[in-house]
Amino acid sequence: MTSISDRFAQLRSEGHCALIPFITAGDPDLETTAAALKALDRAGADIIELGVPYSDPLADGPTIQAAATRALAKGTHLEDVLDLVERVSPDLSAPIVLFTYYNPILYRGIDAFIEKIAAVGAKGLVVPDLPLEESETLIATTEKYGIELILLVAPTSPSDRIQAIVEKSRGFIYLVSVTGVTGMRTTVASRVEELIADMRQVTDKPIGVGFGISSPEQAKQMRDWGADAAIVGSAVVKRLAAGTPEEGLAAIEAFCSELKAVLV
Amino acid sequence: MTVTPLNPNRTDAPAYNPNVPDAFGRFGQFGGKYVPETLMPALSELEAAFDKYKNDPEFNAELNDLLRDYVGRPSSLYFAERLTEYYADENGKGPQIYLKREDLNHTGAHKINNAIAQALLAKRMGKQRIIAETGAGQHGVATATACARFGLECIVYMGECDMERQALNVIRMRLLGATVQPVTAGTGTLKDATSEAIRDWVTNVETTHYILGSVAGPHPYPMMVRDFHAVIGRETREQCQEKWGGLPDVLLACVGGGSNAMGLFHEFVRDESVRMIGVEAAGEGVKTNHHAATLTLGQVGVLHGAMSYLLQDDDGQVVEAHSISAGLDYPGVGPEHSYLKETQRAEYYSVTDDEALEAFQLVSKLEGIIPALETAHAFAHLDALCPKLEDGTKVVINCSGRGDKDVQTVAKKLGM
Repeated sequence: MTSISDRFAQLRSEGHCALIPFITAGDPDLETTAAALKALDRAGADIIELGVPYSDPLADGPTIQAAATRALAKGTHLEDVLDLVERVSPDLSAPIVLFTYYNPILYRGIDAFIEKIAAVGAKGLVVPDLPLEESETLIATTEKYGIELILLVAPTSPSDRIQAIVEKSRGFIYLVSVTGVTGMRTTVASRVEELIADMRQVTDKPIGVGFGISSPEQAKQMRDWGADAAIVGSAVVKRLAAGTPEEGLAAIEAFCSELKAVLV
Repeated sequence: MTVTPLNPNRTDAPAYNPNVPDAFGRFGQFGGKYVPETLMPALSELEAAFDKYKNDPEFNAELNDLLRDYVGRPSSLYFAERLTEYYADENGKGPQIYLKREDLNHTGAHKINNAIAQALLAKRMGKQRIIAETGAGQHGVATATACARFGLECIVYMGECDMERQALNVIRMRLLGATVQPVTAGTGTLKDATSEAIRDWVTNVETTHYILGSVAGPHPYPMMVRDFHAVIGRETREQCQEKWGGLPDVLLACVGGGSNAMGLFHEFVRDESVRMIGVEAAGEGVKTNHHAATLTLGQVGVLHGAMSYLLQDDDGQVVEAHSISAGLDYPGVGPEHSYLKETQRAEYYSVTDDEALEAFQLVSKLEGIIPALETAHAFAHLDALCPKLEDGTKVVINCSGRGDKDVQTVAKKLGM
């Protein structure tokens, strides 16, 4: 299956900006998550970020925290999430990026964790509470197993840090659009435009913008500002959780199509 | 950037090195900075400010004046005569028990040492908005007090469950002008309040200083909070010198995050003859799932920005702790305690809710001192410790806080 980098190379040659929706595994249940991955794929998701529910999601706002709490209350275990990826990813054209906090990786053992996620077919990994300085072992291990480790840049990152992060990031660079946690915002700070331009000076790696993007207008703005991807999390999670699973699935498929329409 | 390689799977007991943490905040394999990228520049800024001011004569003069005239330091080292008699054997022999009276500080606990120092630092850094987390409410009250004193805006995150069991402290914080922000996530206790404070900091980092209340969190907090509390141990050394011309033999303190224990221990880590003992909360017992005995039963993990021992399940999910004492009801522990345990420089034990309640009453009746429920855990360990000590052994207990805040909890529990 396609790697994250390959997917971006293809999109770039077509002049498209990637759509990366996020959902939390196990919310409301794993069967719905499987159906949601397929729905997002059908609706044109280029890459899908799948959140592993965690007890203490420090970087997440209320929407994704609540989704994680619901998933854990349902008894969603890491092993179930990995089984799901193994079962569903062959049917998807979008590669899967796992989004997980560091402790579950550490607990299983870094090598064992990465070996396993590679074996089940995940292509990338985002660890929101692991800054560059603590990433050395994870960088080496992900390289060993062919997983692309996507590092984050924040609006507060000074230029020397940005340069170091950009150099080590694989797949793409995850630009956090707000000084804050995940969640829907009505506007995206204009500082993002400057940050994208600054990052362009030091890298030609793809830049994906996330945290706070919740509408087609904002996604289009990211494209216009020169981003290679728009990452939409809370707005998708919220739609999926509203009403019955069937209603939720229909809602995210429609929403994803709307987003996709402004990015191609 | 300095990176210390780590190996969480090692099993050997490494030698103790008192010169911790290293430049990246590592105590052996523990500590570090596991936070979202957004906070990394703020941690560097804080580290630089702490480095700049910790030896600055003007900063220290101001801090020392406040500690003396406002906090009421030095706190006394008190010989607990009746407690000593209680633990003597039939021949009148046994250890001599001294209390380092941090409960006599302004606001009633050791927490003010750190809160006032960090508030002073925040002012120097030009931050006008202060946030804090609190469990028992003692750190919240101390922070609200310091903010009132310096005219800083203060928001304290507190779990809903803790707001109920420490209602008195909620009122105190409000009277001091602070906003108490209830946290409903999880169990509504200290862990959840800390997570919410970190989320606030991620969002408002440019204007806000986070006064973290324990020797936990990402570097430089475990080091900085320890250093601001180290005055406890420094005074203790002097007072022991005055009273008997020597060192203490045993230091005893309760450990939740571990700030009062580190404050007492730090001065003595190089004195090999001094035994250091930390006492955790065993809640309903270490064989139940309702305890907070992180060092006794936890495994290495990452919580709230640091690698340390952690109560977690087979998926690496953080599990809920339990203790009758809100200040010890935390599934993590400061990284330096994990290091002191791993290197066997300090010993850690646990006592149950019931044992702590017994000690709470015993100390009240024998010494006329109502200790905090947290502090009562340290006292409770005397039952197991004293019979094993030689006659005349000098034990210093950190009497870390007063128990007024706990009288309702205790009354309910005892049906008074």
